Amino acid sequence: MKRSGICFVLVLSACGAKPAASTSGTGGPASGNQGLVAFETVRGVLQHARCQNCHPRGDTPLQGDDGRPHLQNVQRGPDGHGMVGERCTTCHGPMNPPDSYGPHTPPGVTTGWRMPKPDQRLVFVGVAPGALCEQVKDPARNGGKDMAALRAHLDDPLVTWAWSPGFGRTPPPVSRQAFLDAWTTWANAGAPCPK
Amino acid sequence: MKLDINGTVREVEAPPEMPLLWVIRDLLGFTGTKFGCGMAQCGACTVHLDGQPVRSCVTPVSTVGTRKVRTIEGLSPDGSHPVQRAWAEADVVQCGYCQSGQIMTTVALLEQNPSPSDTDIDAALSGNICRCGTYVRIREAVHLAARLSHGGGK
Repeated sequence: MKRSGICFVLVLSACGAKPAASTSGTGGPASGNQGLVAFETVRGVLQHARCQNCHPRGDTPLQGDDGRPHLQNVQRGPDGHGMVGERCTTCHGPMNPPDSYGPHTPPGVTTGWRMPKPDQRLVFVGVAPGALCEQVKDPARNGGKDMAALRAHLDDPLVTWAWSPGFGRTPPPVSRQAFLDAWTTWANAGAPCPK
Repeated sequence: MKLDINGTVREVEAPPEMPLLWVIRDLLGFTGTKFGCGMAQCGACTVHLDGQPVRSCVTPVSTVGTRKVRTIEGLSPDGSHPVQRAWAEADVVQCGYCQSGQIMTTVALLEQNPSPSDTDIDAALSGNICRCGTYVRIREAVHLAARLSHGGGK
């Protein structure tokens, strides 16, 4: 394992490529091009159904791998937690239901199912990569988060849930670690955005 | 485990994964709460946890903890809760199967919004499905219940 790792670095050096930035978040800066490549990986996760279903353009969340409008007239509500009498947590509990409950039961997380607040919509659905990138890192549109706060958000159970979505749901296209590595590379490159 | 239900702490022996609905109906005998779809799609199983509506059919009993459970039996001993009175006066019920859930959601709505508009009512109750289509009378009864709660009447 160690030998293959060394070989990988040597191959990269031979090709004139720089090793990817550290995944610890404290590594050296990546190049702008590496950052753009990494953002494409990030984008693929943000615009996967597990993430973008709760980041729609309107006030109706989406559901399913095909991102259809949520049944039961579910709405964002004044605080992103749904409407009085029909809060997200009316059906989405503090954990995914056991598999014994069968398909089509609502998933859940400890920190509570929710959408972005109405004034911090952070739309993921149907947004071009460059616009998505600019929006994600803009504190005026992302709930006042700087890059450190955005990174912390990635550890919210509601985000990590995407990789353990429960019965029959498709996880994002790359592993959580690959996503975090890509995020770190993008951030260390100065969070460049595609044109 | 202990369960605070309708103001009384009850001891129940149940597997942690058992749905709260099973515990309520089969172990404790509160059969006013109904089983509809078993997947939180219809609202028939709605009860309150600390005053908030939840679908008890998809709520593992182990997740309830110290939260207070309220079922329709906990609203009043004799059907005199304003929402129950309104339901009777407006003659809402047809087959009646969904009405326990409709009433529990309405109670929560009025506790948080004492004078809801039609839009508020529709938003709150859209997850409670009525196969008899009594929605117009349900909306009328919610408005009546709001007036009864304020001390008014028809």
